[in-house]
Amino acid sequence: MVEARSHLGEARTQSRWTAAPVLLLALTLAYLGVIIVLPLGALVVRAMSLGFGNLLTAMRNANAVHALQVSLSLAAIAVAVNCVVGVAGALVLVRHRFVGRRALDAIVELPLAISPVAIGLTFLLLFGRGGWLAPGLASLGVKLPFAFPGMVLATLFVTLPYTLREVVYVLREIGTTEEEVAATLGASPIQTFVRVTLPNVRHALGYGVLLTAARALGEFGAVLVIGGDITESTQTATTYIYAAIEERNAAGAYGMALVLAATSVGLLIGIDWLGHRRRGAA
Amino acid sequence: MTASAGIARPSRGSVAVRAAFATYVAVLVVLPLAALASQAFSGGLRALARAISTPLVFHALWLTAWTAAIMAVINAVMGTATAWVLVRYRFAGRRMLAALIDLPFAIPTLIAGVLLTVLLGPQSGAGGFFARHGIRVLFAPPSIVLALLFVTLPFVVRAVEPVLLELDPSEEEAARLLGAGNATVFFRVHLPPLAPAILSGTIRSFARALAEFGSVVVVAGNIPHRTLTAPVLIFGEVEGGRPAAAAAISLVLLGTAFLLLEAAKAVDRFTGRHHG
Repeated sequence: MVEARSHLGEARTQSRWTAAPVLLLALTLAYLGVIIVLPLGALVVRAMSLGFGNLLTAMRNANAVHALQVSLSLAAIAVAVNCVVGVAGALVLVRHRFVGRRALDAIVELPLAISPVAIGLTFLLLFGRGGWLAPGLASLGVKLPFAFPGMVLATLFVTLPYTLREVVYVLREIGTTEEEVAATLGASPIQTFVRVTLPNVRHALGYGVLLTAARALGEFGAVLVIGGDITESTQTATTYIYAAIEERNAAGAYGMALVLAATSVGLLIGIDWLGHRRRGAA
Repeated sequence: MTASAGIARPSRGSVAVRAAFATYVAVLVVLPLAALASQAFSGGLRALARAISTPLVFHALWLTAWTAAIMAVINAVMGTATAWVLVRYRFAGRRMLAALIDLPFAIPTLIAGVLLTVLLGPQSGAGGFFARHGIRVLFAPPSIVLALLFVTLPFVVRAVEPVLLELDPSEEEAARLLGAGNATVFFRVHLPPLAPAILSGTIRSFARALAEFGSVVVVAGNIPHRTLTAPVLIFGEVEGGRPAAAAAISLVLLGTAFLLLEAAKAVDRFTGRHHG
């Protein structure tokens, strides 16, 4: 299948570089250049014009370091939780048949349709003053709004669909044949899962993990609303940039923006590599 | 117990996993959304209608809709063109270009806003050019469209690409043998099978744009009746201590985006294509 497809692909690629293809290629490159490459280049140039030493000093600032740590912690928790939830949830959605499965399938995609600010708001409404769960939390002595746990919940909400969708897609593609063979040969459900299912979904899971990490590191609206952007407490890398822009702290804003942009490019390289591996394996 | 029971008949373990997953989703997603809906409807349907029909909210919703619409039209055309170039042409740097398409999925949207303010700010060449010619880009609707174009770039490209890869080349050859030109071949042979994918990708990008906050708040600010989009207004209402108004606008945006995503899924199902 893959062989045939790539063969057909070769046959259909442009062989004659006449005026029309050259124009179309130039137009596309110009468009991507203006929309993506030029803005990225502008940031690098502007940041560097402030002096590398100044950027480094700004990034060594205690506030900046703390903000980056908060973002990394949120991303680490989101990745760990979504690894488990993504695989378990995908198995439930693809392999199980039960009443309400279609509804569950639609609900898990909801986070993709909601504005991040609205996500922060929903948790404020739930846990804030007068919220449904506020009395219960108070009696337990847990503080969620304007605190780290609230930001964890918001980040988990935002990142729910990513690993789940990727694993669901692969489980649907591969079907149950291999799992049935393993079971027929006497493997226990756990053996089947560890030796057959997990290796089959590993690329999809890796792909989902990178998307989750990128999304968690970059989340802004939701953590801004639920966290409140408190310096050295609930300030994340993104809300740090927002505050730095407001305070006209150019070195802080561009330095942190550069750190996040570089991290994104690193994650993108991984996403691209895993994307090719996955397509090759499918 | 035979192992195949784990697949065919629900075992105790699989029921436990199912219950745990359903609970996780219920607590994390359903409960907060129920709180949002309850807050939006707390004053009754009429109060909700009043909350979203003030001139300020109406303008914010209208601005969000028309900037997203312009973005969607540009995305439909340029996304299709980009997918075409990536699938059909072989040139140096194609692999890198293909990877670059996904960058907006990896880069924080706030950073997208920062990138555009640096590019279009008064200190840059482009910003200076616009300033000399009296064109306002930053803190004006054009910057909102640009920010939306950045964050939604992959949607149409990634929807059209797989369909383009599977087109039957013999149809194009037949059309060319019958004397059809480039334009005829594109509009009569290629566009019909691509249209559902273009539509689905465009709807998804539009729905995504309705939710965009980080990049827009940085490039356009929050000037009421001028650059205040609906998501930025939600933030303003939360900050201003008016959660009911914020919840009402959130619900309108969420409902619209949800219906749009369901429409996109229906288009995908109609053509039997899974959106990966």
